[in-house]
Amino acid sequence: MKQTFKVTGYRRHEAASQPTSLYPPYRGTVLRTPRQPLIFLPYTLSEVTGPVYGHSDVVASDSDLTRQHSGEPLGERIIVMGRVLDDGGRPVPHTLLEIWQANAAGRYAHHGDDHPAPLDPNFTGAGRILTDANGQYEFTTIKPGAYPWRNHDNAWRPAHIHFSLFGPAFATRLITQMYFPGDPLFAHDPIFQSIPDENARQRLISKLDLDVTRPEWALGYRFDIILRGREATPFES
Amino acid sequence: MDLTPTPSQTAGPYFHLGCTQLHSVQRIAGSQAKGQHLRLICRVLDGDGRPVPDAMVEIWQADADGKYNHAEDSRAGSADPHCAGFGRMPTDEQGVCQFETIKPGCVPGANGMQAPHLSVSVFARGILKRLATRIYFENDPANAACPVLSLVPAERRGTLLATQDSIHPEIWHFDIRLCGEQETVFFDV
Repeated sequence: MKQTFKVTGYRRHEAASQPTSLYPPYRGTVLRTPRQPLIFLPYTLSEVTGPVYGHSDVVASDSDLTRQHSGEPLGERIIVMGRVLDDGGRPVPHTLLEIWQANAAGRYAHHGDDHPAPLDPNFTGAGRILTDANGQYEFTTIKPGAYPWRNHDNAWRPAHIHFSLFGPAFATRLITQMYFPGDPLFAHDPIFQSIPDENARQRLISKLDLDVTRPEWALGYRFDIILRGREATPFES
Repeated sequence: MDLTPTPSQTAGPYFHLGCTQLHSVQRIAGSQAKGQHLRLICRVLDGDGRPVPDAMVEIWQADADGKYNHAEDSRAGSADPHCAGFGRMPTDEQGVCQFETIKPGCVPGANGMQAPHLSVSVFARGILKRLATRIYFENDPANAACPVLSLVPAERRGTLLATQDSIHPEIWHFDIRLCGEQETVFFDV
């Protein structure tokens, strides 16, 4: 049985634009990073396809993290808006974004978080949304607090929101973190600093945007996410 | 506009909140799916051989005929509707997570058919970039000619083979060793 398919691959990352996997200042990498080089996998149908996930059960209220309980959470209400595009500037429509974050006091509603900061009964800190036809998404949430994490003496994470995206294929799967402009903890955070290229680090910092801001209601931050785009030419697979 | 892809960051230890607390997927293929049904037991271990209790394992696979339920597969219209092909689970204190699925068929590849395999992503605290690997099935006659498996040095191929349980043949075991002795082969995808 001979079957051939035209497979169009995805452009590979430039190394410096992504974190260095083994980055000892981030202690957790030491026992969890492969030491053997990755084996280059030419794209096949298995990598250019991927899960079509979340399309049936996302509801509008999932993207407003301030309306998931009987009362309003404490903290600074914010809007986070942006577009998901590929590296050719084309929108990535109808793809699932999942976010999770600490509350305004820097505490996650998670059994593993024992930071002695208050939990907020009105804040879980999880949201999801599908991008629209233009690749756009918008969350309403609370600005998360910084928190200590024991990686080294007096280690504190800059405020951040975790983002998980699927994109169109197994190859485009991405989990990342969004930060806030001007955070004085950037210089002290090995997770942020694990990305060698300064310009690449800047891509994780949202921008205050008065056009996203809702007057008398919430500051707005813009965070566009770029996923890998397709190679120009298909090859026989 | 800057169109360089956004850098990856670790999922951290609290991904359950956003990903698996309400939206884990244990059943990759439904009970009506065509093919050989199996239970896949994955275990994630760190460089000291200790269980990783805070990893998320994601699976992507074809149906029993080797077709993907995805528009990019030109045969997708005829793919098994009972095999969505996607699963994701958090590991437990023993570093273990389990999936219900079917054994996929061979998938077309460059220079020949790829042996039955599952594509795997591993996320965790300490993992800054998604780790991608594959699960193959030990003793499958298609393994020998698989164009992807043949890219792997022969002495390391065993790390990609799930093993069949000696008592319960419907159970398959796969260990993911993040580093060190018997380190699992990971791919640049």
